[in-house]
Amino acid sequence: MGLTATQKIVASHAGRERVEVGETVTVKVDLAMANDMTGPLAVKQFRAAGATRVFDPDRICIVAGRHMPFRDEAFAKSVGGVGEFCREQGIKNFFANMEGMDHALVPDLGYIRPGMLVCNADSHTCTYGAMGAWGLPMGSTDMAYIFAFGETWVRVPESIRVRYTGRPSRYVTSKDYVLATEGALGVDGARYKTIEFSGPALDALSVDERFTISNMGIEMGAKTSFMAPDAKTKEYLASRTKVPWQAVQSDLDAEFERTVDIDVGKLEPVIAKPHSPDNVVPVSEVKGIRVTQVCIGTCTNGRIIDLQQALEVLRGHKVAPGVRLIVTPATNIITREAEKLGLLDEFRALGATINPPGCGPCAGWHQGALGPDDVCVATHNRNFPGRMGSPKAHVYLSSPYVAAATAIAGEIASPEAITP
Amino acid sequence: MIMKGRVHKVGDHIDTDQIIPARFLGSLDPKVLAEGCFFNLIPQFATTVGPGDIVVGGDNFGCGSSREHAPIAIKATGISCVVARSFSRIFYRSAINIGLPAVVCADAVAFAKNGDEMAVDFDRGVVESGDKSAAFAAFGPSILAIIAAGGLVPFMSQRLVSQGARA
Repeated sequence: MGLTATQKIVASHAGRERVEVGETVTVKVDLAMANDMTGPLAVKQFRAAGATRVFDPDRICIVAGRHMPFRDEAFAKSVGGVGEFCREQGIKNFFANMEGMDHALVPDLGYIRPGMLVCNADSHTCTYGAMGAWGLPMGSTDMAYIFAFGETWVRVPESIRVRYTGRPSRYVTSKDYVLATEGALGVDGARYKTIEFSGPALDALSVDERFTISNMGIEMGAKTSFMAPDAKTKEYLASRTKVPWQAVQSDLDAEFERTVDIDVGKLEPVIAKPHSPDNVVPVSEVKGIRVTQVCIGTCTNGRIIDLQQALEVLRGHKVAPGVRLIVTPATNIITREAEKLGLLDEFRALGATINPPGCGPCAGWHQGALGPDDVCVATHNRNFPGRMGSPKAHVYLSSPYVAAATAIAGEIASPEAITP
Repeated sequence: MIMKGRVHKVGDHIDTDQIIPARFLGSLDPKVLAEGCFFNLIPQFATTVGPGDIVVGGDNFGCGSSREHAPIAIKATGISCVVARSFSRIFYRSAINIGLPAVVCADAVAFAKNGDEMAVDFDRGVVESGDKSAAFAAFGPSILAIIAAGGLVPFMSQRLVSQGARA
């Protein structure tokens, strides 16, 4: 029996020839990460245990730019403590000057390469699967342990294969692929498992579009997401890193727990209704629902292509009265590129607000939190009750196309309904 | 080890935003986190918790964000352990790491009633409530070692001491 990519990556980091599904093994971690929300607790636990030196300062990266500028004194103080820790430990990869959100930043810096095992104290660490890496989400205390010893225990998970086939219609994007998958698997359909995404329709996507899919593995309960690296991955990395890497992929006779086939040619733009990311229906089923806020951006859909797609629909129109359109590029690199391309000025001219790079309103505590009567369409990854503020607020998840169409119409709308 | 108290029952897929909304995460003070526990779900939850009380969840308890503030907030209210049909992976690890046992026991979830007395016997691997009882599977060796040490921080301390590396 052949091995899945997951088994190969775990085995190579456990110093083993092969590992079997269900085994618990100790793995070496190539890169250990935390952010402004989870880093302070990781540092606190590291110190509480009496640890004095990190395992390797060059294998630790802390991106504290998710919620910048900071909203209050307590938060600023706790992140300041992480900065002190990094200086004391000689951790050079400390980003706390508006660089933005880690899941978009570190691949763009070339830090994530195929075959790596990356642990990050954040649930969306599965995003790195789009690079053919194994990104393992962790809590802060697990991260404190990794900071000290450079290793952790893992159970070798089963893999579920998701295969995308067919040609998508004009306004169907990778966000629709992953929302449709979410609808098929459910919010815990891949709990404790790797989702390995594959198929010709995945191959046809750019790396940036693939991140949108890998990002939402956790919304199906997955331990992580994985995509076999290809020529596009290679090209993406060529301009970003000189560090050599080796692609890891599943053997042809590897055992998958199940295979889910999705013909993207049969999809129309979809949307996840309140209050769960797996509550997915075609947009046409909910059209006409009035909205008060539309959010485009963050780690799921906050890259250049997402901003461009939104503008394809928005151009020549105005944001509907009574709708706040909030744009949150995922990183400062993206913000600068978007400025250079004139995208942000276009958004501003339409009446949009541009947030600093980062998580923006997705986590519901600043830059666009919702009140009880708000109805929001967002390109984010979660719409659990209270996620964006009031538990009474209604949050719908969609692609940038659908979000843009909704901003113009003032009610949930399909991009086909907007005349250019 | 036996944990004993009244049942606080919640539903399926209770995510960490419902366990503690993000706006409470500026602080690491357990008292502040306890105030935010189940803030949008059960008003003033912390004031309803007696010593040893048990949260009983459904499927996929603790899904969503990785915030470890979630198990810390639950523990800070005085809850002794969480019993559920299933847990999200990150919450499960983090809960055990901070000394909040997470017990997978579907049968116990089925018979648990809000407000009833419940006991979780870790030595026998049994959950009991009234005249009903259900067995739960033993923890694996990696988890047992962490529980035996009293959580991952003391476990870390022991390893550092054995390596002569502790401050």
